[in-house]
Amino acid sequence: MNLTLHVWRQKNREDKGGLEQYEAKDVSPDMSFLEMLDIVNEDLIKQGREPIVFDHDCREGICGTCSQMINGIAHGPDAEITACQLHMRSFKDGDHIYIEPWRARAFPVLKDLMVDRGALERIIQAYGYISPHTGGVPDGNAILVPKPKADKSMDAAACIGCGACIAACPNASAMLFTAAKVSHLGLLPQGEIEAARRVKAMVKAMDAEGFGNCTNHYECEKACPKGIKVTFISRMNRELMKALPQGER
Amino acid sequence: MILDGKAPSGPIENTWDKHRFEMKLVNPANKRKYKVLVVGTGLAGGAAAASLAELGYNVEAFCYQDSARRAHSIAAQGGINAAKNYPNDGDSIFRLFYDTVKGGDFRAREADVWRLSQVSNNIIDQCVAQGVPFARDYAGYLDNRSFGGAQVSRTFYARGQTGQQLLLGAYQAYSRQIKAGGIKEYPRTEMLDLVVVDGVAKGITVRDMVTGEIRSHWGDAVILATGGYVNVFYLSTNAMGCSVTAIWRAAKKGAYFANPCYTQIHPTCIPQSGEHQSKLTLMSESLRNDGRCWVPKRKEDVSKPVSQIPEEDRDYYLERKYPSFGNLAPRDIASRAAKEQCDDGRGVGPGARGVYLDFADSINRLGQSTIAERYGNLFQMYEKITAEDAYEVPMRIYPAPHYSMGGLWVDYNLMSNLPGLFVLGEANFSVHGANRLGASALMQGLADGYFVIPYTIADYLARIKPAAVTTEHPEFKKSLEEVGAQGNKYLSIKGKKTVTEFHRELGKIMWENVGMARSEESLKKALKEIPKLREEFWQNLRLPGGASEVNQQLENAGRVADFLEFGELLAKDALERNESCGGHFRVEHQTEDGEATRDDENYTYVAAWEFKGVGKEPELHKEPLKFENVELAVRSYK
Repeated sequence: MNLTLHVWRQKNREDKGGLEQYEAKDVSPDMSFLEMLDIVNEDLIKQGREPIVFDHDCREGICGTCSQMINGIAHGPDAEITACQLHMRSFKDGDHIYIEPWRARAFPVLKDLMVDRGALERIIQAYGYISPHTGGVPDGNAILVPKPKADKSMDAAACIGCGACIAACPNASAMLFTAAKVSHLGLLPQGEIEAARRVKAMVKAMDAEGFGNCTNHYECEKACPKGIKVTFISRMNRELMKALPQGER
Repeated sequence: MILDGKAPSGPIENTWDKHRFEMKLVNPANKRKYKVLVVGTGLAGGAAAASLAELGYNVEAFCYQDSARRAHSIAAQGGINAAKNYPNDGDSIFRLFYDTVKGGDFRAREADVWRLSQVSNNIIDQCVAQGVPFARDYAGYLDNRSFGGAQVSRTFYARGQTGQQLLLGAYQAYSRQIKAGGIKEYPRTEMLDLVVVDGVAKGITVRDMVTGEIRSHWGDAVILATGGYVNVFYLSTNAMGCSVTAIWRAAKKGAYFANPCYTQIHPTCIPQSGEHQSKLTLMSESLRNDGRCWVPKRKEDVSKPVSQIPEEDRDYYLERKYPSFGNLAPRDIASRAAKEQCDDGRGVGPGARGVYLDFADSINRLGQSTIAERYGNLFQMYEKITAEDAYEVPMRIYPAPHYSMGGLWVDYNLMSNLPGLFVLGEANFSVHGANRLGASALMQGLADGYFVIPYTIADYLARIKPAAVTTEHPEFKKSLEEVGAQGNKYLSIKGKKTVTEFHRELGKIMWENVGMARSEESLKKALKEIPKLREEFWQNLRLPGGASEVNQQLENAGRVADFLEFGELLAKDALERNESCGGHFRVEHQTEDGEATRDDENYTYVAAWEFKGVGKEPELHKEPLKFENVELAVRSYK
């Protein structure tokens, strides 16, 4: 099939940027979306033009590096996948495809489709962890974890940190990302002890990065490649309400 | 030269404990005077950086990804081994040790494998304490499953995302140390040179992948935890950015490269669908717990729909060939068996390079929901790529390059022959011998990072003066100039072929001649073709853009340039090792029914190669291997 691409090109952080049009010819339905872009890039290089810069690495949907708005949808039209897992069989001959970077004030564009997601790192650094020392911990079976809790914790822990939830949210809110980590750790007995300190520190860091607030659009849940549920946001809010009266400690 | 791995002597059970006591310590108040550079933030690097910073060392950590959490350890699916013996099925530290030595086809150092087995239990405890949500049973206890090459269930898992969860555990510990000021991190930064001063590793030169700036960092020790090199085959299960660059540039500065020919071809990957393919996707080995491998018995059946091939016309070739291990035969053996069936004209799917992995029996026995709980994300992944529902029709799989057992040579302390240079995880050669067992890579990465390097690096640092050499030293200036000049050289060629075209061509040479089956003839052919392609690269490369901006093509050019040099060494090592062992299969050395035959008399050694210049003959150093606890025997899984 043949496609027309409209791709966001931006030289660097300061550049204003804009959409440019490219033709993608003889695209096989078995190609992944990124493989289609590879081929467009090979063409551009042959023509002496600059290839499109986009972030990608594992190409199997787990590293969370790829980050593209495809026709206005984070990671494209299919449910619960990343852009690298999207295959061209989801499109048809003659389609126009608009490809843009994640859009959020906290995610400045570095070049073309590549953005800086350092803000998410700083939220984790604020308290996205449990604090055991290396060594000197009890046997793995010393503290039992009820299976439903372990499973629910795993549901939240599946977050790949791609930022699709933020890109999809009209407020560019990082609530789902933050709530996933707060819940992953807070649901486990090992993480409960620091839960109050954790939720306060992480929410504070999230606010400081300039992310918006949650106003219940649920776009994040729809965009999440790992199907993480918005109920984790309400869980985080509950945890925060319990923690706030305890003050700074 | 005969190399000494410096493994401690005496009864194997006491080696690590005795060695730990004998090593020097660095006083807590002195630790902050030392600076350690850690390159790579996967399980090994992330765990090392976090643990060393926690002890009080100043750590600078580097990764090419935009976040430490994205290192390719994240993609490991199935699980992590430990000798806990929770299921009461006869496991022990000795059995894990024995299985690993045997699984590696007797080409690993015994003492290193013992240590790995011993600390495996600490790893599980550590990860649980960090909040890794391992699978549990309804009583709240940790659950186990089986992996290839073992007859006990010793694999701990977190759905099909074990690597992700373990890496997040390490990454969270790492993030905590960033907050505490112990780690300064440099994401989107690629190491391009090792700085060696008077024969001692003292720093690295890197490129900032956003600004293009070339910069040096000094350290009292340098740790490379930069993963494996199977992207030399172009198509592999590795991430796009995985490369040999960091360890190869260290090798060019004098670090010996050990056993490069030991590459692992993983049996269960989704077959290639066309020329456009950029990578191959693994389907976890854990699937072989419940999936059965088969091909049609008759060639004329290969294009029939599965439903029209009755049970008696199916050849469950692993169960037939290896009745006691069946579908859980080790990776090298399962891969060769799949290739054998396809070479015999009984492969299925496009290109006839595929075998079935069938869950129908297990779904009948356990119900679809149990299978979905165990492997749901893998079935989903498969469906996204192939548009087929593996609950309804069997998966099609084919072997693909996955892991490298070879790597930089290290002694028992994980230090290379260059003092001050430590190598961890997949980047070193140490514990897996000629074949790695499933769920052992995660175990090794975390063992090296959490429980080995914190001890062994102290023994080195305690003997040197901190901050004795900094970036003021002329060697750093020289390194900066060399790295800068190389970048400009790629850009000045202005030829016709893209980096990807060169990479794909190299991959084809490697896969066809140095892949799953190697012969003297094919290896000699590769040794002729690789230098030719390398020469063309330097005359005909077409590279867009400049050096002082984001330039992904320039990044790749450096990696492919290194693969073009390293590929030759890999082929040379494969030619020199005139035996079959583990993942290294020389067609000249096999039994009548196609099993690998080792030559213990002549090849029970580690081959460590010293770089002597591009296109020049490298020098081979040997480390003899002694087997005092596991008897050298034919490796049988029948």
